[in-house]
Amino acid sequence: MVDYTYTLLIPLIPFVFFLLIGLTGHKMKPIISGLIGTVGLGIAAILSYLTAIRYFWTDHLAETGFKSIKAVEVTWLHLTDKLTINLGVLIDPISVMMLVVITTVSLMVHIYSLGYMKGERGFHRFFAFLSLFSFSMLGLVLATNIFQMYIFWELVGVSSFLLIGFYYQKPSAVAASKKAFIVTRFADLGFLIGILILSFNTGTFDFQLLTSPTGPAITMPGGAAFMGLSVLTWSLIFIFMGGAGKSAMFPLHIWLPDAMEGPTPVSALIHAATMVVAGVYLVARLFPVYALGAPDALNVVAWVGGISSLFAAVIACTQTDIKRVLAYSTMSQIGYMMLALGVSGYGGHDGLGFMAGNFHLFTHAMFKALLFLGAGAVIHAVHSNDMKDMGGLRKYLPITHITFLIACITIAGIPPLSGFFSKDEIMVAAWHHNKILFSIEFLVAGLTAFYMFRLYYSIFWGKATHYHHTPHEAPFVMTIPLMVLAFGSIFAGFLPFHALVTSDGMPFEAHIDWSIAIPSVLVGLVGIAIATMMYFKVSLLPDKMANNFGSFYKWAYHKFYMDEVYLFVTKKIIFRYISEPVAWFDRHVVDATMVGIATTTEKTSHLIKGMQSGRIQQYGYVFVTGAIALVLIFVYLW
Amino acid sequence: MNILSLFVLIPVLTIIAILFTSNMKQTRIVSAIGMGIQLIVAGILVYMYLAERNAGNTADMLFYYDAVWFPTLNIHYTIGVDGISVAMIALTAIVVFAGIFASWMVDFLYREFFISLILLASGVFGFFISLDIFTMFLFYEVAVIPMYLLIGIWGSGPKEYSAMKLTLMLMAGSALLFVAILGIYFYSAPAGGVLTFNLLEISKNTIPIEMQRFLFPFAFVGFGILGALFPFHTWSPDGHASAPTAVSMLHAGVLMKLGGYGAFRVAIYLMPEAAHEQAWIFIILTSISVVYGAFGAIAQKDLKYINAYSSVSHCGLVLFAILMMNQTAMNGAIIQMISHGLMTALFFALIGMIYGRTHTRLINEMGGLMKVIPFLGVVYVIAGLASLGLPGLSGFVAEMTIFVGAYQHTDTFHRVATIVATSSIVITAVYILRVVGILLLGPIKDDHYLHLTDAVWYEKLSTLTLLLSIAAIGMAPLWLSDMINFSLGPIIEKISGVTIAGLF
Amino acid sequence: MTGTIPLQYFLVISTLMFFIGIYGFLTRKNLITMLMSIELILNSVNINFVAFNKYLYPQNLQGHFFTLIIIAIAAAEAAVAIAIIINIYRNFRSIDVDNVNEMKF
Repeated sequence: MVDYTYTLLIPLIPFVFFLLIGLTGHKMKPIISGLIGTVGLGIAAILSYLTAIRYFWTDHLAETGFKSIKAVEVTWLHLTDKLTINLGVLIDPISVMMLVVITTVSLMVHIYSLGYMKGERGFHRFFAFLSLFSFSMLGLVLATNIFQMYIFWELVGVSSFLLIGFYYQKPSAVAASKKAFIVTRFADLGFLIGILILSFNTGTFDFQLLTSPTGPAITMPGGAAFMGLSVLTWSLIFIFMGGAGKSAMFPLHIWLPDAMEGPTPVSALIHAATMVVAGVYLVARLFPVYALGAPDALNVVAWVGGISSLFAAVIACTQTDIKRVLAYSTMSQIGYMMLALGVSGYGGHDGLGFMAGNFHLFTHAMFKALLFLGAGAVIHAVHSNDMKDMGGLRKYLPITHITFLIACITIAGIPPLSGFFSKDEIMVAAWHHNKILFSIEFLVAGLTAFYMFRLYYSIFWGKATHYHHTPHEAPFVMTIPLMVLAFGSIFAGFLPFHALVTSDGMPFEAHIDWSIAIPSVLVGLVGIAIATMMYFKVSLLPDKMANNFGSFYKWAYHKFYMDEVYLFVTKKIIFRYISEPVAWFDRHVVDATMVGIATTTEKTSHLIKGMQSGRIQQYGYVFVTGAIALVLIFVYLW
Repeated sequence: MNILSLFVLIPVLTIIAILFTSNMKQTRIVSAIGMGIQLIVAGILVYMYLAERNAGNTADMLFYYDAVWFPTLNIHYTIGVDGISVAMIALTAIVVFAGIFASWMVDFLYREFFISLILLASGVFGFFISLDIFTMFLFYEVAVIPMYLLIGIWGSGPKEYSAMKLTLMLMAGSALLFVAILGIYFYSAPAGGVLTFNLLEISKNTIPIEMQRFLFPFAFVGFGILGALFPFHTWSPDGHASAPTAVSMLHAGVLMKLGGYGAFRVAIYLMPEAAHEQAWIFIILTSISVVYGAFGAIAQKDLKYINAYSSVSHCGLVLFAILMMNQTAMNGAIIQMISHGLMTALFFALIGMIYGRTHTRLINEMGGLMKVIPFLGVVYVIAGLASLGLPGLSGFVAEMTIFVGAYQHTDTFHRVATIVATSSIVITAVYILRVVGILLLGPIKDDHYLHLTDAVWYEKLSTLTLLLSIAAIGMAPLWLSDMINFSLGPIIEKISGVTIAGLF
Repeated sequence: MTGTIPLQYFLVISTLMFFIGIYGFLTRKNLITMLMSIELILNSVNINFVAFNKYLYPQNLQGHFFTLIIIAIAAAEAAVAIAIIINIYRNFRSIDVDNVNEMKF
């Protein structure tokens, strides 16, 4: 067995740097704390690349199929005889892939933030939180067991909360961070219940045991337990609920657009490339259990993914806040990944969807981080999020313009950029599984191209807005990450994913299926063409279109009123019709009963205290009357 | 001299020393030194305990000592500790130590204040080391009575009302408890022999089942009132709201744990058959406590009320887990007691410090305090995160152990109750974030707050002591969990050896 | 001589005295009058003792002894009571029983 113990350092370095910057950061110069964080992440990134190279190529593991390797494991807590929570490092194709994704994007975001956050209050705090997030996310992907994953899952959630609310004096940021935490927390409740059910029935948390085709989960006796689905299916659906919350799948997506209140590098790192794909990673991690043990649960995953991607793409076409467009685009793309996993089978070429989902995760991380960082550079230049305030920026921001364009072409799925390859594989997998899902994705591909180019033209072309200050290109520290990521977006598609990341660890042959690729490229081009017609020059076309769609446009513009529904449920129902009545009930019924007992006692004593008047004559009167009465009773009635 | 007797002796000596002090400075330094020594002794005790266990001593109770003090009724001063009591003693020592520093600035009748506070502490320590249920009860009363004075004299708001309410309700609990203790005493030797109050002796016999059925509710509700069992929890919000900072800390942090500990040590341990039969009633009540307390906390406006309701929820979880009567859940219950004790003490300390600056506890009147008092703000956020069960802090360990343990029951009733209880993690997040959002974040609400000063050294000492303990348990829970687990073994053996079919 | 007055006569007298005493004790507010009523009650008992002793157990003397004891106690009691009454009068300028309620509750 190959020794991978050193991988333990990958999550630990950011953690140590988090403590270092968090505890002593306010005493050092801001730039120093930023550099420390960046260097830490740099080391982690180098270690991750090393691990990837060793695991995929130099250690010659491919011949026997990629097996998962437990590099380190320690017991953290004993629960029952069988169940212990361990902390450790699990190395397998998807975790190594995620290592590369996280450390790359995180490093780029660190470098970028050195410029973007310059002069901000709380600079060191920002870098401390970034390190905390990187630690949690790395811990999450390296988890050896589902409980460790849950632990880091929560930590990721809290780092996201802290970073969204970074501008903590802005009420909208506070509200957004709160919303993000509570919505994902609600989803995590499902995750926890799923873990409870799964662990109780299998007697283990361990991924290797759970996903082993002969393990206790997959071989668990089926049979309907509740509403016609087996226990395993239920537990996996619950677990998926956690994943759907983190990955902003419909209907738990409402926190993601609001999360854009955070600084833009955070949106790039957490809400585009890494944390939001944790749900995808979770399903991929438990994929054998889903595929072999509970195909019904996998169907749920596919449909939720498909619906989310369409839903988000429609909304993205109508939003004017550039970060929100990107947020809905993220949601849509994650829907793709979920769908890819959902339509996949297990083993060999059947596992195409699995490979495609992970492939898309990889490429998406590159181009979406690029889009966000590019958007950040734009916001940095014009100090606004709204595309109405932009236009004609290509002259002022040449590097941002070019890299942004590359990312837009990539996401639209135009060959030979990376998005084309990964999206094509998903299309193929969907085609073989379910034609309805395929048609949804086909439509979404067109919509994606449309709204991305709508965004692109609105920012860089169109009307030449008059700016108060002449926008200027971002500094070097900010453009370098853009270029690196653009490079990644262009060439990531040529990685032989089908030979590396597969459902059963065995490489398989995959080709581009031109009968599906050509239509999907065409629909992308159509989308671009429509966007060019409407937004390349200032025209009345967009308004006319909006009017033609009428109420549908309005619905989409208001995000189908999902926020309002949630607000109604939380504010009205939970707060007004549960909490306040509970508080009232407690004060006026439960407490009043207790107080009532006391006051009754007091009243009674007031009532009977007159009997102890101290008047001997009264006593004597009562005494004599009583004596006479008793005598009469004894004499006459006995 | 037995190390355990020191836990009662040191407070008494401290009290005597305080009597000789002549000004505020001396009083608080003497108190701090006394409780500092206490904390060190507690640390030594933990170390000695672990050393003994590692050396292979498997007796149920270590450092056992026994002396008769009232032969007529066979009442003994019997002391001894197992892993559970050691953990509780350590918790108490930490909270009391932090409490002394949190009340550093008490200047009204300061001598009497510290005497009452330390007397209360000695009662709590005595309770945890006692193995004779009568002596235990005695110490329990020693702990409860000073509370009345502390709230009634040094409190705020409707303090007389709150003090009276709290004392009366706890006394009602004591009355129930006393019935149970006498009942247990008279049936402690059903086969003939000497009647005894000794826990270990009684546990060797079986109290007749008819008596158990009668006595168990007395014992459980008696302790349950102290542990804020629904619907007997209403002393808690009023009491905490009126109590001075250190008293709230001790009360929620330690005194409420007497309820959980007693319910477990006396009620369930001595009367397992009845416990199995009647558990379902109390599981329903405690499930209600957990969710109801959390919902109640959402709608509150006063910081202390929020925390008091949160305590109802968290302590409900303790009793809930105890009633699950399996090793994992009970282990979780003990960890939850410790975790909640530290967390809630930290919360009350912070609330006291914030109140001392802003002179209001209504969250609507505050806002944006993070900017002006960053230290307190950050600690408050961390405490909040611990309360909502963030991994790496103690709350998570406790809650997860409880949930996993409770879910190990195979029947539907227990599982549904467990899932109901788990839902509290979401509601907890809601009220914690609501408070953090309104209180600390957002724009600064009032210009008066701009010149507030951040924590000073004694406040930092107080909060950091608690914070570090929370983090230590949260990061490395294994030693604590194993220590408790070992001692739970024989107890679980006794209570699970019972084979009476429950209702479900 | 004894045959001429039946026992019932004594009992009727003593019963009347007893209830007159009770009535006086319960209705009078003046402490002296109350004390006098108590004397009436005691004397009614004395009459009973003597009468029963004479008619039922003429060979014994216990009844007479009891009567003597009661008379002695009544004398002592009257002395104490009057002393109290005088003190009350000094404090309250009144011996009306309704005014003496300072120690109530």
